[in-house]
Amino acid sequence: MAALFTARRGLGACLSGRRRLSQLAELPETHQLLRQTCRDFADRELIPIAGKLDKEHAYPAKQIQDLGAMGVMAIEVPEELGGAGMDYLAYSLAMEEISRGCASTGVVVSVNNSLYIGPILKNGTEEQKKKWITPFTTGEKVGCFCLSEPGNGSDAGAASTTAREDGGEWVLSGTKAWITNSWDASAAVVFATTDRTLKHKGISAFLVPMPHPGLSLGKKEDKLGIRASSTANVILEDCRLPLDHMLGPRGAGFKIAMQTLDSGRIGVASQALGIAQASLECAADYAHKRTAFGAPIGKLQAIQFKLADMSVAVESARLLTWKASLLRDAGKPFTKEAAMAKLSASEAATFCSHQAIQVLGGMGYVSDMPAERHYRDARITEIYEGTSEIQRLVIGGQVLKEYQS
Amino acid sequence: MSGRVLVGVKRVIDYAVKIRVKPDNSGVVTDGVKHSMNPFCEIAVEEAVKMKEKKLIKEVVAVSCGPQQAQETIRTALAMGADRGIHVEVTGKDYDMLGPLQVSKIMAALAKKEDAQLIILGKQAIDGDCNQTGQMTAALLDWPQGTFASEVSLEGDTVKVVREIDGGLETIKINTPAVLTADLRLNTPRYATLPNIMKAKKKKIAKVKPADLGLDMTSRLEVLRVDEPPQRLAGVKVETVDDLVAKLKETGRL
Repeated sequence: MAALFTARRGLGACLSGRRRLSQLAELPETHQLLRQTCRDFADRELIPIAGKLDKEHAYPAKQIQDLGAMGVMAIEVPEELGGAGMDYLAYSLAMEEISRGCASTGVVVSVNNSLYIGPILKNGTEEQKKKWITPFTTGEKVGCFCLSEPGNGSDAGAASTTAREDGGEWVLSGTKAWITNSWDASAAVVFATTDRTLKHKGISAFLVPMPHPGLSLGKKEDKLGIRASSTANVILEDCRLPLDHMLGPRGAGFKIAMQTLDSGRIGVASQALGIAQASLECAADYAHKRTAFGAPIGKLQAIQFKLADMSVAVESARLLTWKASLLRDAGKPFTKEAAMAKLSASEAATFCSHQAIQVLGGMGYVSDMPAERHYRDARITEIYEGTSEIQRLVIGGQVLKEYQS
Repeated sequence: MSGRVLVGVKRVIDYAVKIRVKPDNSGVVTDGVKHSMNPFCEIAVEEAVKMKEKKLIKEVVAVSCGPQQAQETIRTALAMGADRGIHVEVTGKDYDMLGPLQVSKIMAALAKKEDAQLIILGKQAIDGDCNQTGQMTAALLDWPQGTFASEVSLEGDTVKVVREIDGGLETIKINTPAVLTADLRLNTPRYATLPNIMKAKKKKIAKVKPADLGLDMTSRLEVLRVDEPPQRLAGVKVETVDDLVAKLKETGRL
């Protein structure tokens, strides 16, 4: 009870002025304008080509550049460093609208904002920020985040990529797996251990330019969805880096990774919301137009119930995502809420895209309609940046902490 | 020259929305329907902002006439790069019947008040499709007009305008101050950048009433009825040219 009370007061305080929880539904004017701008961009520039990008596994270079020009590739970055200087709520709104247009473009934006720029903004020196963030705000260059390995995904503390000091340089060796943006990136944040005996406390974060001697890429994975973004192994073989390429203190890598993923979860949750929303719109539109038994199928209760369930799933996940964003923007703890957002939004995405195909019937199964692409794109949201199982662990752990008597 | 450009921006039902006629045939349904800036007004704003970026003019002022929601449209113009806005408050019956004559009177009055060098408007609004406001404004001010502009070059005290006309393209040169109306191919409007959206918050929107400008908004028109366009009927296929001529004569079209 006490925890609920403080949570509500905390949220009330972080919404400026007299706005309370009930007014969460009404966004501030700037955010409404931002949302509309990103929606217009998605409608005009992404939706018409999303099917083609997916079929051809083609990286949306021009669209990423356009988004860069708008400031969407570095939303939280202060203006002095070349970013848009906005908050995480703005990022979440932008991510949802972009992903509603094209989920692949969404993941490129998300990885650049949360996973690459995020940790550097939080842990980098002023020089590192200028060197590694500013060129990545315009859309011309994107970054990637190398944590997972063939031997460990959820078990991030078991990293086996090593970093040893040799002749005034760091030498990295190991393989990173499932790296989004790998084939299109110009830099990476790489996690490697300097001392395996220290387990997760031996991991540090490093900044690696791409291309670089000693760094090579595996073949592009042939994925089920988000096919316009590249995913591949990043292989480090005696990859030499100057000592000032370490990000944050030595041994802080695991903590940096976990903090980064906390925020990244809001990005993925927003991407999932976009996919879910797109599925809902597709199904609702079809329900008006398709007739069966002498009337539009939207008249049938079975269809109405599906649309209702889809709509509740999206809206509740959206409010959780906004809450997590607002808490983060207010500098309050948001780990539990971010995990809740990612869990509910990704499950909403898979649920809505599944039901959308059901509403569309046979038409949902063919590529003439986007429903099948949403189904394929949605699936990864329950896996990356923390599987649904990991999210449940995080939430469960937080709940137990809150209710400790 | 003042270096000030007035741009009119109209809030209309979004182009992608399916329009529905009210059950009493008095108009179209606007409640709860998505609205946005008239596409031709977007092009007008873009042209003005580009002129400012090229340092040909100094200030872009976005003007919109209507109820409180018109301010949203002005904000969009500010986010695209306009410097400040003027919201001319028109509500109720006056707003329902607001048309080119009233708006052109407003634009003319504001142009004098603001000492405008140029007025740039969209060639027409996608709801009324009147294509009159620019022309009427120029006439009221006794200013030259460059309408259906697909290319505009401001050169000192004159403007070169390439106009899209039925026969092709016509190039004219007119003196400023002048009224221009934007056609589709004039430019491609930019998306507002996030930093500009943030800056737009701080830009000023002044609010005035038509009465403050000494203007009468009474309409000379009365809408009798609004109907959906008739459903397109199926056509008839014919085999030969002779059949076609016979059919055309039969239906009295030849």
